[in-house]
Amino acid sequence: MQVLLLIVVLLGLTAVGFRLGRGRAITVARGATRRLPALPRYYGWYVMLWCLLPAAAILGTWLAAEPSVLKVLVLGALPADLQALPEAPLNLLYNDIRNVALGHGTTEDPAVAAAAAHFAALRASAWPIMAAVSVAVLLAGGAFGLRMVGPRLRARHAVESVVTVLLLISSTIAVFTTLGIVLSLLFEAIRFFRLVPPGEFLFGLQWSPQTAIRADQVGSSGSFGAAPVFAGTALISVIAMAVATPIGLFAAIYMAEYAPRRVRAILKPVLEILAGIPTVVYGFFAALTVAPFLRDIGAGLGLDVASESALAAGAVMGIMIIPFVSSLADDAIAAVPRSLREGAYGLGATQSETIRQVVLPAALPGIVGGVLLAVSRAIGETMIVVMAAGLAAKLTANPLEAVTTVTVQIVTLLTGDQEFDSAKTLAAFALGMMLFLVTLVLNVIALYVVRRYREQYE
Amino acid sequence: MNDTLPTRVATAEAVARSLRRRYAAERRFRLYGMGAIGIALAMLLILFGTIFGNGWSAFRQTALLLPVTLDAAEIDPPGTRDPAVLSAADYEGQVKAALRAMFPEATGRKDKKALAELVSNGAGYALRDAVLADPSLLDRSFEIRVPASDLVDMVMKGRIRTDVPEADRPVSDSQLGWIAVLRDQDRLSLGFNTQFFIGGDSREPELAGIAGALLGSLWTMLVVLFLAFPMGVMAAIYLEEFASRNRWTDIIEVNINNLAAVPSIVFGLLGLAVFLNFFGMPRSAPLVGGMVLALMTLPTVIIASRAALKAVPPSIREAALGLGASRMQMVSGHVLPLAMPGVLTGAIIGMARALGETAPLLMIGMVAFIVDLPKGPLHAATVLPVQIFLWADSPERAFVERTSAATIVLLVFLVLMNLGAVLLRRRFERRW
Repeated sequence: MQVLLLIVVLLGLTAVGFRLGRGRAITVARGATRRLPALPRYYGWYVMLWCLLPAAAILGTWLAAEPSVLKVLVLGALPADLQALPEAPLNLLYNDIRNVALGHGTTEDPAVAAAAAHFAALRASAWPIMAAVSVAVLLAGGAFGLRMVGPRLRARHAVESVVTVLLLISSTIAVFTTLGIVLSLLFEAIRFFRLVPPGEFLFGLQWSPQTAIRADQVGSSGSFGAAPVFAGTALISVIAMAVATPIGLFAAIYMAEYAPRRVRAILKPVLEILAGIPTVVYGFFAALTVAPFLRDIGAGLGLDVASESALAAGAVMGIMIIPFVSSLADDAIAAVPRSLREGAYGLGATQSETIRQVVLPAALPGIVGGVLLAVSRAIGETMIVVMAAGLAAKLTANPLEAVTTVTVQIVTLLTGDQEFDSAKTLAAFALGMMLFLVTLVLNVIALYVVRRYREQYE
Repeated sequence: MNDTLPTRVATAEAVARSLRRRYAAERRFRLYGMGAIGIALAMLLILFGTIFGNGWSAFRQTALLLPVTLDAAEIDPPGTRDPAVLSAADYEGQVKAALRAMFPEATGRKDKKALAELVSNGAGYALRDAVLADPSLLDRSFEIRVPASDLVDMVMKGRIRTDVPEADRPVSDSQLGWIAVLRDQDRLSLGFNTQFFIGGDSREPELAGIAGALLGSLWTMLVVLFLAFPMGVMAAIYLEEFASRNRWTDIIEVNINNLAAVPSIVFGLLGLAVFLNFFGMPRSAPLVGGMVLALMTLPTVIIASRAALKAVPPSIREAALGLGASRMQMVSGHVLPLAMPGVLTGAIIGMARALGETAPLLMIGMVAFIVDLPKGPLHAATVLPVQIFLWADSPERAFVERTSAATIVLLVFLVLMNLGAVLLRRRFERRW
């Protein structure tokens, strides 16, 4: 809250800087602003940038550095016996101290209480310094900017080049995001593979990541053979695609070739609704309605259907994916030139024969691309399987049993209080890397196929 | 010519027969298409039907009109009516005493416990608030509406089957008897469930509300809006209006397209590894959740904004440049305002997706059980979809109803946002 107030004050001062800069430009030109190389408002913006950029840089660095500096200072002031603790308990202790100092908890331990008081005092004293420094930097920057304002300053060029740099930086954020994903997954996965060899991870048949907290507990070493997890992901994705591909494809054919224009104008957005429903809603639907329904049907047929069967999760996921398949297939079918269809009609083919033997083969690459994108969607889908699929890894191809998936395992491994360095949490990153790689490859292939195909008829 | 009359007739017959077959195949094919669309639509209807059928009743909540005679000596021993003393008293005991006064036949320990299960834990608070507001209540008998427990609520709404053996239902025969008596006396009433809209999360279904989750969603979405919208538009402007086509811009473009298809949970892993562990930002905070979702939404905003910028005809740009505008003035004064409806539409659709997203937020700890309403973007919070996920896991029958109701609220928000996007496009989009 204090920081927010400070930001508001800084922005207010910046606005003042804008007015001063513009006013000074007009004064310098003695009213004849046409003699200036830029419009007066550009001088205002010039001063504004001089106010804002240095102050924002200082404030950002301060806020980024504050937690680690505070930690060093607070831990440095702890009694020697506490300082001698190993890193992990020390971090826990520091968390306690922080929580007490921020009022999120209470403590019995006098050492923690003292450290928390120290923490609070440091924070309280740091805050006015930070405010003063950032305001001072802002004023200094603004004063410098104002001094520079004159008939020889080409303010528009200066402002526009700064803005261009900002635009350039924005456009690189996507690249940095990808880089961040790759690096974070890679680093944690490498740490994991130091504990568990990659061969065992990829091909091992035993997945039970429950490492114990104490080393002497029974079953203290988890086993990390992820093959059953991959198999479960594949099984659920196959079920999803078995539902989504025929329904999506036939829906696309009907909408593109048969449906009257007005029906199509209604059907298409209605089908798109399926893709817009949040996945957590599908998960709830699968767990609440579909799974019990399938279990009852199975019981009626004398089959033993698990209450978290792969079939329920896969079928619901398939429903979610229908619009992905249908809209991409629709695009691909619509892109087939009329002349091909008319040629087939001219030879006496019926409409369905034309579609099956001319249009679909011509549209096949686009359809395949769409299906591949849908597969990558199914593999990466999380909430439906977290809520409707099982937790135990089981190597089976029976859709009536409960299986688990990569995404379910990532979620269960990371949503509990666990120290971050255990093989268990690191395993989640190794699974995440596999997920990222597989979906990336699928996407690249799909985009390539779709693009190649599109060029063919353009 | 050896094509004599009999062979010609035979050919015509063969063609007619095969035509019949081919037309039948045509009709079948058409039916498959209609069937596929029918299945998809039926699924949509079943989904909405289940959610609404389960959820609508959560907007009403059972209250119990309880006759109370407070023991002034126990609540306020000094007799000064000091608010500090009044608020510290044991009102839950008073509520139980009032219930026992209504049903004196409940004498055993087990019976008393079963009787106490009829009212919510929140009944004591309701009584306390009433006494604090009007201390004169201590001196007389009065009636007060207190929240009933989720058991009573479910029975009132017919969500618990009462025709099965006692062991198969969560409510006992004696409890059903009391409920019937209360019903006959007109003491149980269904009213609008205000608590659902103003309350935070709770372990008690009848006290649980979505206000905390809604506020958390609001803070998260504000962060997403302030990050993803300007950055996405700026990136789109750079790529569309300033960048020359070279290897670097190709890399950026491929990157954006791939990023749009990366599973959302991977963004959660990024947030956990980079924002939480590397930069040490707070867990469960809407600020971090917003940052993760902003990164996820960014490609959508960029792609939509680029399409909108591309749709502005070159003649506008040439006219602006011809009148002496700089490139920056051309973009900020002419191209961007004309592209704004499309840009905003893309941003709203991206925000709607971010609003419904759950998985990445699980990774950064926004799944904690949080009762307080979040007061800012750094306060621990959860969001609406995560609240749905948490409630869906709860065993109580009453939480099924709340989960569905929370889903209805979420869907209403999504529909409003998408409707806004459609209207915006209809109203302002220009065809050149």
